[in-house]
Amino acid sequence: MHGISFDIAHMLAGFLVLASFSMLYQVRLYALLNVLALHAFVLALSVAWQAHIQDAPHLYITALIALGFKAILIPWALRKIVFRLGIHREIEAVGGIGPTMLAGMALVALSLEVMLPVTALADPVAREDIALALSVVLIGLLTMVTRRNAVSQVVGFLSLENGIILAAAGARGMPLVVEISVAFSVLVACIVVGIFLFRIRERFDSVDVGVMDTFRGGQG
Amino acid sequence: MIAIVPGCIAILVALGVAGAILARAPVGRWIVYGGCLLVGSTSLVAGLIAIGGPTEHLVLPLGVPWIGMHLRLDSLSGFFLALLGLGAAGASLFAIGYGRHDQEPQRILPFYPLFLAGMHLVLLADDTFTFLFAWEFMSATSWALVVAQHKDEGNAHAAFVYLVMAVFSGLAMLLAFGMLAGAAGAYTFDAMRAAHPTAGVVAAAFAFALIGAGSKAGLVPLHVWLPLAHPAAPSPVSALMSGVMTKIAIYGFVRVVFDLLGGVPWWAATIVAILGGIGAVLGVLHATMERDLKRLLAYSTVENIGIVFVGLGLAMAFQANGFPTGAALALTAALFHALNHTLFKSLLFFGAGAVLHATGTRDIENLGGLIKRMPVTAATVLVGCFAISALPPMNGFASEWLIFQAILLRPELPQWGLKLAIPADGALLALAAALAAACFVRAFGIAFLGRPRTPAAEQAHETDIWSRAAMGIFAGLCLLTGLFPGAIIDLLAPVAQAMTGARMPVQTGDPWLTTVPVASSRSSYNGLLLFLFVAASGGLAAMVVRRVGSAVLRRVPPWDCGFPDPSPMTQYTAASMGQPIERVYGTAIFRARSTVDMPAPGDMRPARLTRTRSDPVWDAVYAPLGRCVTFVSSHLNVLQFLTIRRYLGFVFGALIVLLAALALWQ
Repeated sequence: MHGISFDIAHMLAGFLVLASFSMLYQVRLYALLNVLALHAFVLALSVAWQAHIQDAPHLYITALIALGFKAILIPWALRKIVFRLGIHREIEAVGGIGPTMLAGMALVALSLEVMLPVTALADPVAREDIALALSVVLIGLLTMVTRRNAVSQVVGFLSLENGIILAAAGARGMPLVVEISVAFSVLVACIVVGIFLFRIRERFDSVDVGVMDTFRGGQG
Repeated sequence: MIAIVPGCIAILVALGVAGAILARAPVGRWIVYGGCLLVGSTSLVAGLIAIGGPTEHLVLPLGVPWIGMHLRLDSLSGFFLALLGLGAAGASLFAIGYGRHDQEPQRILPFYPLFLAGMHLVLLADDTFTFLFAWEFMSATSWALVVAQHKDEGNAHAAFVYLVMAVFSGLAMLLAFGMLAGAAGAYTFDAMRAAHPTAGVVAAAFAFALIGAGSKAGLVPLHVWLPLAHPAAPSPVSALMSGVMTKIAIYGFVRVVFDLLGGVPWWAATIVAILGGIGAVLGVLHATMERDLKRLLAYSTVENIGIVFVGLGLAMAFQANGFPTGAALALTAALFHALNHTLFKSLLFFGAGAVLHATGTRDIENLGGLIKRMPVTAATVLVGCFAISALPPMNGFASEWLIFQAILLRPELPQWGLKLAIPADGALLALAAALAAACFVRAFGIAFLGRPRTPAAEQAHETDIWSRAAMGIFAGLCLLTGLFPGAIIDLLAPVAQAMTGARMPVQTGDPWLTTVPVASSRSSYNGLLLFLFVAASGGLAAMVVRRVGSAVLRRVPPWDCGFPDPSPMTQYTAASMGQPIERVYGTAIFRARSTVDMPAPGDMRPARLTRTRSDPVWDAVYAPLGRCVTFVSSHLNVLQFLTIRRYLGFVFGALIVLLAALALWQ
């Protein structure tokens, strides 16, 4: 139980955080979608490993959902959307990469600082997994805040969801229902967002949310 | 006995539904007001029986699940139930006739019985949920009645101010009960009685109860809504709000302070007594300068609530010092005055309603000479004015005299704060009583005496038989309670016993029905003898005048001061009568200013006299508060028009701040 299985679980969770970091500085949409696919793939691996060490076969289903929907289907669908919107060549201004990365590190430090004392009595595997999952959630939010493009905000949202799944998989005895519902909600959200993007595009000729703000009289 | 009252409440709710259905039919008015009259009479009888009867409990499977609705009828709620029943019956009797003139009965009929139902439930509540629900229900239904005549100018503003203050009052009561409930979360009053709160909890619960009940009762400085909202409602509802609802608020205060807390420190008593004294003077000063008849009465309510709170403050002071006899005297006096105020203020509001209907105006500068056209109204209003001015042998004198007797017991109190505050209170009360007499001489004199100032006043007509009956009964009760105060004092004895552990001496055994507050060696008052003396000497004088003078009646034109055209405009007006008082007090307290705009010689425009007056409490407390709220809300309004990214940023920032707080907290 301890030793190697413990380390692998942490390695995979840490890898997920790393993928989140790399999401922060991707300026091209295709590259961002590739990182999203990688992110979900790592999540699927991590959940599968959890299934293995917890002897919880239902987590394999979660891993399969993560792999099928999040690593393959959704990135593919978003890729189609980006292509059809004709923004696959656009380069997005992400603000300073250095400060963003520093902020991301601060978020990881914060989540470790918050989570480790709170979960002192919990199972050590779940404990550090939850801390890392919280950092994935926070970095996902940071991605959403720093981006202007609606597609990249969707990507940030999806990575946030991945963090939630990671936390749910790490906690022993979490029923499968929750994960399926989360997965479906993400799928539905994705479909809705996809439709919205087209509607927005038809209306405003852009998916830059900053452009929308000028229509409602906001200040960029 | 107690089961009757929930039955009354159920009937009132049914009447509310009936009122909603039958609002436009003439029969609706008969059903609703007639039903309320019967229910009010039942409550009156039930309350009178309950004062002397045993404490009864009832738990109904209503309200919050698994907890139910705890009801309790003891002597205190019995007294206020009788007061409520009396006021409700009178107002309903008046409304049977008066309601004929309602423009939009569908806005009044459904809410009138519900308002009564809410007040009934407040009195019966024995747990926090029921009490607060009933309290808010009472506020909400009365708000609906205030806003019933929403097309009249200023009523919408009055209703808004009332709503804000009612919400504020409910919140303060919620906090008071929250303090009383303590960490254990006791929600029944029985559990709160049994608890022994710390000094800090007592102070906080007292402060919240004072704010909550005080703002509902109209205690200065929380009174600002009262002169706006009470006149805005239809007259029977004004009578109920001024005469009864303020008493329900006093009930809430007495219930929390005397019953649930079981006594408060002496400084709390000082605060209550001082606020009461200031309120009495400020209220009556406002009333003296007011020209709107119903608003004048509303300001006078502020005054009388101040007097009642002075009595309550004295009772608290005596109780804090372990002097139950004094506490019983002060509490009895306060409750007696509350009852008297219900009687004469209802009567005066009925009279104001009759005048309003007969002339279409509430401005006393447009009235005059109504005594000839509305003799019954004039006579009953005169009785009410006597009573409210505390002239013996009316009831107002009896209760105010008792409060002064309690003030004279002051040397028994050890604290210097009280020793200094209570004589000041006595001076304030004496001033308020004198000013009240001036105020009502002015109100009655300008409205009913002299010559009509407008055609509307000239063509006024007497009101209907139902209204006259209501006014006549209340005028009779004002006189009866003044002649036999001992009966009321003895009636209140169980209440005083339950709240303070003592009672006033038994009054009914004394010869000639003399009232003795403490001991007959100290002081005593006999309203009956006084009345007999006044009646006998007055009758004798009249007889002598008749005998000596000529019996022939001669009508001549009044002296016209040398003016050949005796226009009614040359009469003494309300403004001229209020002017000396405005000069003396208004300049300093109300910042009253009058400026004369005199045109230059040859200029054709008329000269103008502009008078301005402001409420010191409004300027000092409410206006800055309102500006502060406006400032904050107009600046927060920017938040409604942010970009999606900024909203996300806010969510993100809030999350980070909370997490950081969590990290630092550990």
